[in-house]
Amino acid sequence: MELFTNQILAGIATGAIYACMALAVVMIYQAIDHLNFAQGEMAMFSTFISWQLMQWGIPYWVAFVLTLVFSFIAGIAIERILFKPLAKAPILTNVAGFIALFAIINSSAGLIWDFTIKQYPTPFGSSPFLGSQLISTHQAGMIGITILLLIGLYFFFQYTRIGLAMRAAASVPESARLVGINTSWMIALGWGMAAAIGSIAGMLIAPVVFLEPNMMGGVLIYGFAAAVLGGLTSPFGAVIGGFLVGIFENLAGTYIPGVGNELKLPIALALIITVLVVKPAGLFGRTIVKRV
Amino acid sequence: MSAVEEVVTEAPAVEAVPKRSMTLGAGASLVVLALLIGVPLFAKNFIIFQMTMLLIYGLAVLALNILTGGSGQFSLGQSAFYAVGAYTSAILMEQYDVNYALTLPIAGVICFAFGFLFGQPALRLSGVYLALATFALATAMPQLLKLGFFEKWTGGVQGLVVTKPDAPFGLPMSQDMWLYYFTLVITIALYILSVNLLRSRSGRAFMAIRDNEIAASAMGINVSLYKTLAFGVSAAITGIAGGLGAIAVQFVAPDSYTITLAISLFLGMVVGGVGWLPGSIVGSAFIIFVPNIAEGISKGLSGAVFGVLLFLVIFLVPHGARQVAVVCQQFVGKWTKR
Repeated sequence: MELFTNQILAGIATGAIYACMALAVVMIYQAIDHLNFAQGEMAMFSTFISWQLMQWGIPYWVAFVLTLVFSFIAGIAIERILFKPLAKAPILTNVAGFIALFAIINSSAGLIWDFTIKQYPTPFGSSPFLGSQLISTHQAGMIGITILLLIGLYFFFQYTRIGLAMRAAASVPESARLVGINTSWMIALGWGMAAAIGSIAGMLIAPVVFLEPNMMGGVLIYGFAAAVLGGLTSPFGAVIGGFLVGIFENLAGTYIPGVGNELKLPIALALIITVLVVKPAGLFGRTIVKRV
Repeated sequence: MSAVEEVVTEAPAVEAVPKRSMTLGAGASLVVLALLIGVPLFAKNFIIFQMTMLLIYGLAVLALNILTGGSGQFSLGQSAFYAVGAYTSAILMEQYDVNYALTLPIAGVICFAFGFLFGQPALRLSGVYLALATFALATAMPQLLKLGFFEKWTGGVQGLVVTKPDAPFGLPMSQDMWLYYFTLVITIALYILSVNLLRSRSGRAFMAIRDNEIAASAMGINVSLYKTLAFGVSAAITGIAGGLGAIAVQFVAPDSYTITLAISLFLGMVVGGVGWLPGSIVGSAFIIFVPNIAEGISKGLSGAVFGVLLFLVIFLVPHGARQVAVVCQQFVGKWTKR
């Protein structure tokens, strides 16, 4: 029983990483209706920027805020320069664009900061949290920030004018345009926010997985999986999905014989597909009814 | 977040390509064919090997094109079918001494069954969800091939070495050149088969499902049957390509068939033009040669150069090589009328 609770705790700790990433994935899916394959790389690049700032002697929280601002602007810039011209192109062409962006960012980061693994500081310390060996104060802080972020987003979307405008632009673009919302800028704003949330995720994950240009590969897959599991239309579902994926991955690794680290990922994905086959819109997503 | 959102009129994910514009005119086909037959006679062995790979990836892209361009289903899992085909050929040749030419139809049949079965759960998924499911298949495949349980056959992490066949009947050809022509014949056969498939009743059913699933089922098309069938056919062709790939590279190992391969094939399809079968060979040329060109321009930034080139292509021709072909056709049409 003790093993079981410990594994669940460890699962929640890793789940927090996935939850962060899933939240960023859902944000951009809300704004542009695509899964952004380059999301992880954008987050990685932002994390490197913050690391660089800290190397120059800027304190953690200042670097944190500066990185957020940088990511927000960079996200908007990427949308304006690269993806706005592609808005009318077929969906699959857009996906190819994400893959191209992935390659560009990954390779540039490799050239600027090279592929060696770097230590990344944590503002929360890494002593055991409340006497538990499995969750450190950093992981507890990570869960805390994820939840704060979720609450913040809820209030933003539910109670601010601009949040309402963004929701309108995403759900019914034509009508939104008719009531005077600049839908094109709402999409850019979505990109900016997704990039900023991704950078928070990156900065929280980096102390755990260490900083290097390929750090996001695995995390992004789990982030996608978590977002899809929770339902791509629901930020809350994405966070829950993140924790569920983390817990399940740990339990499968412990209890199913023959599942080592290698098979954790396929098994987690298989579970998600099983869930999707039963509930195609994800656990918390709304079913979208198609008009014929 | 609001009730309004729940009803959307969704445009089909893959744009409708009329079946007439899915193929190439007779004249252009003959020119391409003459080039494919003639060039190897004057080329070095390494170039011939690259052209063989061009045809093989072309087949794999063609298979994806039938699935996505034909029936409108996404797949990021083609590398899994490719791996199954490659391993089937390799195991039959090395462990059971089957003739290499005979292993290909067997690889096709096994992959057809595999694809058909995978198509069953995939029926309930579409769009991103299907992409994720096939993605899962692609990430799982290398791990499954490494499993100790299959090691007797697959050779585990080390993989299998495959012997390259000699030219039969004492033909005065190098092994590479024989393999090239062998691949060329199979490619042409499968290409004609695919074109005819898309022109047939089944092909029209695929396209009807792609354009509007509900309307298709109202017209009496068995949607689930044709969707799984499309997966099966696509997997079978990919499997044959995989088998040929194993023979050409002379080696199979789990890590040759990762998600990177599936992404390359996907890019090949986009660059070639979704739903335009002759574009497959253009797309295949893109995924084989452009990474090399990028490496040549800058070693450290090869990924970035590749990305920039890819962006250039999709900015200039968002509909892929098909767009170029259409423009050329109009140009030639005007010129001959004058």
